[in-house]
Amino acid sequence: MAKAERIEINKKWCKGCEICVELCPTNALEMVDFKVAVKDLEKCIACMQCELRCPDFAIVVYKKEKE
Amino acid sequence: MAYDYAKYLRPGKLPHIWCAGCTYGIVLKSMIRAIDSLNYDKNDVVVTSGIGCCSRLPGYVDFNTLHTTHGRSIAFATGVKVANPKLKVIALGGDGDMTAIGGNHFIHACRRNIDITVFVFNNNIYGMTGAQYSPTTPKGAWATTAPYGMTENNFDITSLAIGAGASFVARTTAYHATHCEKMIKEALEHKGLSVVEIINACPTGFGRKNKFKTPTSMLLWMKDSAVNVEKAKNMSPEELAGKFTIGVLHKEEKPEYLETYDATVGLKK
Amino acid sequence: MAKKLEFMMGNHAVAEGALYAGCKFYGGYPITPSTEVAERMAERLPKVGGRFIQMEDEIAAMASVIGASLAGVKSLTATSGPGLSLKQENIGYAMLCEIPVVIVDVMRGGPSTGMPTGPSQSDIMQAKWGTHGDHPVIAVTPASVQEQFNETVRAFNLAEKYRCPVYVLTDAIIGQMMEQLEIPEPGELEVIERPKPDCKPEEYLPFDMDKEFVPLAAFGSGYRYHVTGLHHNSDGFPTNDPVLHTKNTVRLIERINKNYDDIMKVEEFMTDDAEVLVFAIGVSARSAKHAVIEARNQGIKAGLLRPLTIWPFPDKHIDNILNKGNVKGIVVPEMNLGQMTLEVQRVAKGRCQVEGLFSLMLDPILPGEIVEKIRRFV
Repeated sequence: MAKAERIEINKKWCKGCEICVELCPTNALEMVDFKVAVKDLEKCIACMQCELRCPDFAIVVYKKEKE
Repeated sequence: MAYDYAKYLRPGKLPHIWCAGCTYGIVLKSMIRAIDSLNYDKNDVVVTSGIGCCSRLPGYVDFNTLHTTHGRSIAFATGVKVANPKLKVIALGGDGDMTAIGGNHFIHACRRNIDITVFVFNNNIYGMTGAQYSPTTPKGAWATTAPYGMTENNFDITSLAIGAGASFVARTTAYHATHCEKMIKEALEHKGLSVVEIINACPTGFGRKNKFKTPTSMLLWMKDSAVNVEKAKNMSPEELAGKFTIGVLHKEEKPEYLETYDATVGLKK
Repeated sequence: MAKKLEFMMGNHAVAEGALYAGCKFYGGYPITPSTEVAERMAERLPKVGGRFIQMEDEIAAMASVIGASLAGVKSLTATSGPGLSLKQENIGYAMLCEIPVVIVDVMRGGPSTGMPTGPSQSDIMQAKWGTHGDHPVIAVTPASVQEQFNETVRAFNLAEKYRCPVYVLTDAIIGQMMEQLEIPEPGELEVIERPKPDCKPEEYLPFDMDKEFVPLAAFGSGYRYHVTGLHHNSDGFPTNDPVLHTKNTVRLIERINKNYDDIMKVEEFMTDDAEVLVFAIGVSARSAKHAVIEARNQGIKAGLLRPLTIWPFPDKHIDNILNKGNVKGIVVPEMNLGQMTLEVQRVAKGRCQVEGLFSLMLDPILPGEIVEKIRRFV
C-alpha cells in the first residue's frame, strides 16, 4: 500500500468545504477550526482523492518513494 | 510526485473568488493538467469567458485571457481565431452564459465548426447573481426566481451542440476529475468546434436549497448519476432513468470553418 | 501620374478606405442601409490577406471585431441605428478595455425598425451616450464619397493612436449615393500602425493608469495579459477600488479631451466675417454649403461650420467664432429633432441665438429651407 511522506495544507487557501475530509477513504483528514488538517498521516494511502478534488489548490500529497 | 500547478497559475491571484465547495476549482485543475499534457506554448493559448462565476477562471491562468461580456465568450473568441488561426482558442462559460444569453453564439459556432474549444460549466443555476433559474435548472428545482419550483423544460447542452453541428461533443463532471482532464484534452486535440459540458456543483446557490446538504453530497450525486456512454449502450431506459451519460458523445471528421473559408475565397497569404 | 478615379458608392468607399488603412478583419451583420460595406469587404478582404465573417447577430459582430483587434488586426464593422443599439454593450467594453476598432453607422430613421431605407441623422446622441457609464467617444462625420474613404482612414488612425473605438457616423444618403472617388496612392494619406510594446513581457502593464497611452500587445505576441470589462487595475485584473475606478475613467476621457486639436477636424467656410453661422454635418452640410453661398448672393454674411469630428464636440471652434462677436445667430439643420442643436446651445451659452432646423422627412433638408432660416437672423 502506498504511503504519504507528507501532506501539505495551505490554510490560507482552504475554504473549509470538507470535500477532502469526506472523500478520504481512510479517515486521515479532519476539520480543525473550519480548515482541513491532517489527523493521521499513517492512515493516508496516497490515493490522491483529496488533492484531485480540492477546489482550492489547498492540499498537496507527497507520495513516499517505494522502499 | 504531486502535480505542480504553479507553472500555469498567475502568481498572487489565489485564493480564487469561488465559494467553499464550488467545484470550478476542481475543473480548473483538470484543465491545467490537460493543457500541460499537450505542451502548448502559453503564448499561443487564448482563453475567453463571458460573465458569471466560471467566467472568472481566465483571470487565474497564465495565458492570453479575455473576460468578455455576458454570453459573448464564443463571439469574441471567433474574432480572435479568425484574425489569427494559429492561436489555440478556448471559450468557456456557464450554462446561463452559453445557452441563454449566449445561446445564439453557441449554436452558430457549432454550425460553423470553427476550431474553437468550448467548455460549458453547467451548475444548473445562475450562481453569481444569486441562484436564479437557468435553461438547465431541472424541472421542479428551487431557484430564487422559481420559488414554487422550476416550471420550464430544460436544455440538454450536448444534444443542442450535436444538433447544431459541433464535430466533437463530450460530457464529464467535476467529480470525475481525471475523466474531465481526458475529455478536455481530447476536445483540445480535435480540429473543429468541440464542446465539453462539465457538470458542476453550486452548493451555495443550488445545493443548499435543493436537498444537497453538503458540497460532497453534490459530488457523490455526480458519481452515482453518471454512466459511461459505452456502458449506457447496454442499459435499458429504466436503468438509465435519472442518470446521465459521460464520455465522448459525438465525434466526426468534417471540414473546419477557417480551412474551408481560406480555400474557398483563395485567401492571399 | 494620372489620378486613379472611380465612380463609387459611399458604402463601398468606406470599405476601400478601411483596406487602405490596413484593415484585415470585418465582422458584421446585414442591415440596411449599411450592408454594402459588408458586401464589399467580403469580396475584397481575402484578396489582401484579410478575412470576413458574417456573424450570427449584431452583438456577435461587435464582439468579433474586438476579439480580432486583440489578436493584433485592424478591424471594422458597419451597421445602422438598430444594430448600433445592439452593439452598445460591447462598444462600452472596447472603450473601457481600450481596444481600437472602427464602427460605421449608416444612420437611418428611428427609433426601432423605423425607416430602414430612409436617411436620418438621429444617432448623434446614440453614438455619444448609447453605451452606459462615463466614457470618451470619437466620431467622424463624412459628407461625400471621397470623405467616406478619407475619414475612414482617419478613423482607423484615431482608433490606433488613441486606443479606442471610433465611429464613422454617416447617413443613408452619403452611404448610398455614387460620386467620383479619387483613390489615394499608398503613402499619400497617413496610415498609423499600432505601436508595439518595447518593455519586457513581465513588465508590461496593458492598462497603466499612470501613462496616457500604452501600446496594445497582440494576443500571441508573447505578452500574456488579462482583459476584463470589470474596472481593472493597471495590470488588467479586476479592482473594486472606487478611487482607481475614478482615476481610470477620468484618464480615458481626459486623454481624448486633451488631444482635441489633433482629433478635431472642421471645415470653416466663409466664417471670418459671418453674422449667421450654419452648423451642420453629413448630408445636411452639403445643403448648408449651398445655402451659405445663396445667402451671400443675397448679401447676407453667412458662414458654414462643418465638423468632420462631431465627438468630441467642436466646442473650441464654436467658441473661437463666437468670440469675434459678429455672430447674431446659428442655424443648425439636422435630420432629427434637435440632437446637435442642444449641444450648440450649450456651447453658445446665450451669446447668440441658436435655432435648429429639424426634419424627419426622408429627403435631405433643402438649401432654400436653410436660407429662409438664415434670413430670420438678419
